[in-house]
Amino acid sequence: MMSQRNSTDRPNIGLVVFPGSNCDADCMDAFKRHYDIDLQIIPHQNTALPSNLDGLIIPGGFSYGDYLRGGALASHVPLMNSVSDFAKSGRSILGICNGFQILTELRLLPGVLLKNESGRFVCEQSELVLADGKSQYHQQLAGVERLCVPVAHGEGRYFIDPEGLKRLEDQGQVLFRYKTGTNPNGAVSDIAGIIDESGKILGMMPHPERATDQVMGGSEDGLKILSAFLTTVKS
Amino acid sequence: MQFEVIVELKREVLDTEGRAIQSSLSRLGHSDLKGVSVSKRFVLELDAKETDALKKAEMLASEYLANPVSETFTVRKL
Repeated sequence: MMSQRNSTDRPNIGLVVFPGSNCDADCMDAFKRHYDIDLQIIPHQNTALPSNLDGLIIPGGFSYGDYLRGGALASHVPLMNSVSDFAKSGRSILGICNGFQILTELRLLPGVLLKNESGRFVCEQSELVLADGKSQYHQQLAGVERLCVPVAHGEGRYFIDPEGLKRLEDQGQVLFRYKTGTNPNGAVSDIAGIIDESGKILGMMPHPERATDQVMGGSEDGLKILSAFLTTVKS
Repeated sequence: MQFEVIVELKREVLDTEGRAIQSSLSRLGHSDLKGVSVSKRFVLELDAKETDALKKAEMLASEYLANPVSETFTVRKL
């Protein structure tokens, strides 16, 4: 859904920034350099999203110090009512790491992210494989055998009850899994990223914005994911 | 008026903190310690009539303090 597009062909994409967000600048840099898109910063104090947005990113970090649970306090600020309305309007949202936690706490995505099974913070390159599904994300990434994208989190263990997991799998809502044997956090079914039923909302623990140049750990695979996000924004 | 809210992980959810504590204490020689589970305790101070206050405490616990996907909670008046 494209409403009030700006004068160029580039979509208007918002970036919500909370106290403790720390990957917002990385996202802005990646979108500016690779797509010439200036992300619109949306401070957490705002009570509503700008009406001209086509897509939204919730970046990684430690909003509100991860107090209570990762993402829990951020999910209850007044601005998030507007984010929920934005989701219901069918527009795209990308939640990365803490952004994924916030989307689950908002119930825009099912499940929850728990403390890593190891009890330790993990910061390493992860290898992702594409799961089965028919969404636009699956189509855009079809043929990609693996993606090298870093993870950096203490609460990344995706958990959902068996019925919920079956629903996710049956509906093709799992987008990324950690390569078998490399699960860094104990996530159920090796899940690294999921989409909602509409296919427009993606939450993932790995950081695509940190894999956008060879100098950043030798991988540009994050661009494939950001490009797929932009495709969902434009459709 | 104070209310105590205890938030616990559901039994089927791995309690990594509890496991780490149990493991550490076992290594210190407490091999008879078979399990540790960690929960969160909140004390809410509310200014309201009793029935309303209890309902309010329960609402705060269910809406904010506990995530029903992975946690359960109890509320009691102190």
